[in-house]
Amino acid sequence: MIGLEHYLTVAATLFVIGIFGLFLNRKNVIILLMSIELILLSVNINFVAFSSFLGDMVGQVFTLFVLTVAAAEAAIGLAILVCFFRLRGSIAVEDVNVMKG
Amino acid sequence: MIQADLTVILPEIILAAYALLALVAAVYTGKDRLGPTLVWTTGVLMVLLGIWIATAPGGGTTAFGGMFIDDGFSRFAKVVILFSAAGVLVMSQDYMSRRGFLKFEFPVLVSLAVVGMLVMVSAGDLMALYMGLELMSLSLYVVAAMRRDSVKSTEAGLKYFVLGALSSGLLLYGASLVYGFTGTTEFSGIVQAVQHGNMALGLLFGLVFLIAGLAFKVSAVPFHMWTPDVYEGSPTPVTAFFATAPKMAAMAMMTRLLFEAFGQAISDWSQVIALLSLLSMFLGSVAAIGQSDIKRLMAYSSITHMGFALMGLASGTVFGVQSMLIYMAIYVTMNIGTFAFILMMEKDGKPVTDISALNMYAKREPGKALAMLVLMFSMAGVPPMLGFFGKFYVLRAAYEGGLVWLAIAGVIASVIAAFYYLRIVYFMYFGKDGEEMDAHSSPMLWLALTASAAIMVVGIINMFGVEGAAAAAAQTLLQQ
Repeated sequence: MIGLEHYLTVAATLFVIGIFGLFLNRKNVIILLMSIELILLSVNINFVAFSSFLGDMVGQVFTLFVLTVAAAEAAIGLAILVCFFRLRGSIAVEDVNVMKG
Repeated sequence: MIQADLTVILPEIILAAYALLALVAAVYTGKDRLGPTLVWTTGVLMVLLGIWIATAPGGGTTAFGGMFIDDGFSRFAKVVILFSAAGVLVMSQDYMSRRGFLKFEFPVLVSLAVVGMLVMVSAGDLMALYMGLELMSLSLYVVAAMRRDSVKSTEAGLKYFVLGALSSGLLLYGASLVYGFTGTTEFSGIVQAVQHGNMALGLLFGLVFLIAGLAFKVSAVPFHMWTPDVYEGSPTPVTAFFATAPKMAAMAMMTRLLFEAFGQAISDWSQVIALLSLLSMFLGSVAAIGQSDIKRLMAYSSITHMGFALMGLASGTVFGVQSMLIYMAIYVTMNIGTFAFILMMEKDGKPVTDISALNMYAKREPGKALAMLVLMFSMAGVPPMLGFFGKFYVLRAAYEGGLVWLAIAGVIASVIAAFYYLRIVYFMYFGKDGEEMDAHSSPMLWLALTASAAIMVVGIINMFGVEGAAAAAAQTLLQQ
């Protein structure tokens, strides 16, 4: 029987993979975008699991909002990345270094 | 029913509809030639909305089943946000027009960001909070990368985007845990769930994730790493905007979340906020000392100021909230004046941000140098200026809230921070003779600089009634 805790474990695992992807990845900015998407989707699993466990619709409504915002976020991220690529000719993470810090 | 709801959020609807209309109108007619006009109409509209919100009767109402709260607290924050955004817009028009990057999207994006902020400070539900926050953040990512021909600007936009999206992810994960352990996303529901006995471990985790996500937005240490790069890389008018309205909005949102949703668990979050405050004050003051770029310096300065504002929150009292509101109002006013000065710094028609360019500035421009001196003294918290009273209020709140160690640390940090503010004054009055900057100034920049400096001196008489307004605002937040 798959219960709430199994879903929460999967979501937590995905969330941690996403965070690690953001901080350990030294190659490609696209991978950063994928990690961000992974984080947002792990949150969605959490919301839907809680929603079904509690028998409450609010969590699923929240999930739809998160999905919409995630799509807008990805669009803006890619747009900024295209601008960056036109100027630098690279999307490697180590090339995002004009300013130190 | 829906009629009553719509009346409550009428200011937000007007601003959002204006932004969409302005976008369509500009696309179909003059494109970027409409930029200056749009900047001014947006500024005027924001000021009018601010006056309307400040003087409207009523208040204390909720709309959409408690998702949207219109009370004295949100009104105070909204007025500060609208006035500061309007101030930054009209200040930046001349600067951007002369350099040819005043796109008509700029006022539209700023309007949308302000709509997001207005929703944020009024949110009474995690869902409304998230939507407001994202509307603000998404608009800000774009304005940070607005100079598409500049590597620095696009890099600033990219860094801001990645770290901002991470912070939204943390906030959402916290929201999902809070939802799961309380069964509701409404603040009024969460506060009841917390009242029933102790907080569950999962709820505590959710609270910590929420605080981490919000700390990113107010750039509190250890979630500050985006601030210096984004401040340095963005065009200066955009930096001025980042340093004012979004900070007030994020701070107000954090206050409402902590006091309305977790008001029964003050001892649980007060220690976390106190730690964030302590780290921000010290890292901001120490790291700013080595900076030579004035925009980077202002970034660390804002981190320090956020530390002080969080100190008011950490006390967890009505007076703490009042002191935070006063501190933020003063901080925003000071920053508008300082950025007006930075916008005037240029050499051979190009903007300069190096502090050493200020050498012996006072000899050539005594008036502006004096105004900047007043602002820097106020930022440092030197007694006769208004900035001192802001610091005094938060220190008193921390002391009365039993956080004596934090108040003492705040005094030490403000002494360290005084060093780099006074270094700018030193360069202006006693520096070596060097290459001269252009004597450029536009009426709006000059007005913003002098008005801000004058407020810092004249305001000590009665603070223009801000003290009483902040007290009333703090009362409305905590009476539920």
